Amino acid sequence: MENQLIKNNNLPEAFPTDKEAFANELTTLNLGPSHPATHGVFQNILQMDGERIVSGVSTVGYIHRAFEKIAEHRPFYQITPLTDRLNYCSAPINNMGWHMTVEKLLGITVPKRAQYIRVIAMELARIADHLICNSILGLDAGAFSGFLYVFQQREKIYEIYEEICGSRLTTNMGRVGGMERDLSPAAIAKIKLLLVEFPIVWKEFEQLFNRNRIFMDRVIDVGPISKEMAMDYGFTGPNLRAAGIDYDVRVANPYSSYEDFQFDIPVGENGDTYDRFMVRNEEIWQSLRIIQQAIDNLPEGPYHADAPHFYLPEKQDVYTKMEALIYHFKIIMGEIDAPAGEVYHSVEGGNGEVGYYLVSDGGRAPARLHFRRPCFIYYQAYAEMAKGMMLSDAILVLSSLNVIAGELDA
Amino acid sequence: MPFSNEEILHFVQETIGEGLVQSSEPYDLLTVEVHPDALLPLVGALKNHPQYQFTFMTDLCGMHIPEQTGKELGAVYIFHSWTSNTRIRVKTFAPISQPDIPSMTAHFNSANWMERETYDFFGINFTGHPNLVRILNVDDMDYFPLRKEYPLEDQVRRDKVDSMFGR
Repeated sequence: MENQLIKNNNLPEAFPTDKEAFANELTTLNLGPSHPATHGVFQNILQMDGERIVSGVSTVGYIHRAFEKIAEHRPFYQITPLTDRLNYCSAPINNMGWHMTVEKLLGITVPKRAQYIRVIAMELARIADHLICNSILGLDAGAFSGFLYVFQQREKIYEIYEEICGSRLTTNMGRVGGMERDLSPAAIAKIKLLLVEFPIVWKEFEQLFNRNRIFMDRVIDVGPISKEMAMDYGFTGPNLRAAGIDYDVRVANPYSSYEDFQFDIPVGENGDTYDRFMVRNEEIWQSLRIIQQAIDNLPEGPYHADAPHFYLPEKQDVYTKMEALIYHFKIIMGEIDAPAGEVYHSVEGGNGEVGYYLVSDGGRAPARLHFRRPCFIYYQAYAEMAKGMMLSDAILVLSSLNVIAGELDA
Repeated sequence: MPFSNEEILHFVQETIGEGLVQSSEPYDLLTVEVHPDALLPLVGALKNHPQYQFTFMTDLCGMHIPEQTGKELGAVYIFHSWTSNTRIRVKTFAPISQPDIPSMTAHFNSANWMERETYDFFGINFTGHPNLVRILNVDDMDYFPLRKEYPLEDQVRRDKVDSMFGR
């Protein structure tokens, strides 16, 4: 394993090394790895005939961080920060998905209150995720103001994260067994304020885009994907639902008390960019509905399960009680063995089914942990979708697929 | 309504017979371990079955278990039937000396990159894959980093020379 230099002798297939490609006067265009329109570090090597894409090769791996290897050497609670960095636009969903996976392995039942707080956090994250995707789609289509306008609301959501867990982007929210602290009165007040203010802003955003002739001309019938193709390429989440399949993990396999809430699953028709945009818009409204119900019916009770082997004791107990001190030390030093077993748990992330396949051999760290990253799986369809498209349309399709580089590479 | 695990297991037994190595139900998810030769026929039968319709490949996870002599490297698939909301996990193992497992790209396009990823990290040779090259790691890497014999880099070591970052 000597030092590896990046050599250029393994050019992708589509790179025109043969004379024929030059004779047909195709242009090779590198879209990325560092381009404002890719919203992350990934590359598409496109063969262009004028402004039309003939073929493309997607290259990923620019921010690969070997999370699965690192996870095999970390106690369970130290893996949560790794999940933050998968889809960093909706980190709380990844955090909660991971906690639920470990809880499933350990057989811990989380109290209702913690489940509702988790639902609130996850739906806030979904709003933040969809908000970025849709506003940046607008930005790529040339409408900058909508993007700037709704980002103010994203800031409000991040302030709520701060009240819940103390951090903003990579949240590390919640713990195995529940939440790290109860919802503070300030957090509840901010959530309630958001439920009043956000709909006004989002309505304005929708008025700016939904029936805007210029925007509609740019996105309708651009990058459509059929039901069969979406299924074949492993689409999940809003992109799949835009194609007309009503699969949503929250409904199919409810977790964290999602069965308690009333909400609709918006479904599109032909899976074009406009449908993806509209599905995400509607999901934001449904998420607001869920948050409203959760905050109205927030149950009383503890905010974490009684699992002393895995849930950190109260700090004041650590200073005064021997048992709490021992548990605190053992948890922090990662000296607690988990039972052997294998679990798969999935949650509905911002982009689709975020799955965690955890294999434990009875040790202190997972024997194997695999993240199912929805982006990684559906992004492989992009080259196929972009075929025959104008370059400016391909940018919009990429944007509406909401490919997050952190989730691509793990 | 999901189909019961017994029913699916019975169908698996009927379809591949001897190819079924063992089965279990950890956390209520039916898990069958099959011989690599039986993998594609089984998945094809599950996918095209008129009622079961396991038409969605959820996940592929590579695995390295050094203690299992003769079948160290494995691929774990999870399939999902959306019509009945049933899941099944299919495992198959191959020896590390000749890690050949048939490619699932025959049935699912989504398997393309997932298998490239698994090849990249474990070196499993998916026979019949259209373009089995590394995907996340650098192309001229000469080892498979998620195999158990490679330790995580020691972050405090000082003897490492990194010309790019001068560490």
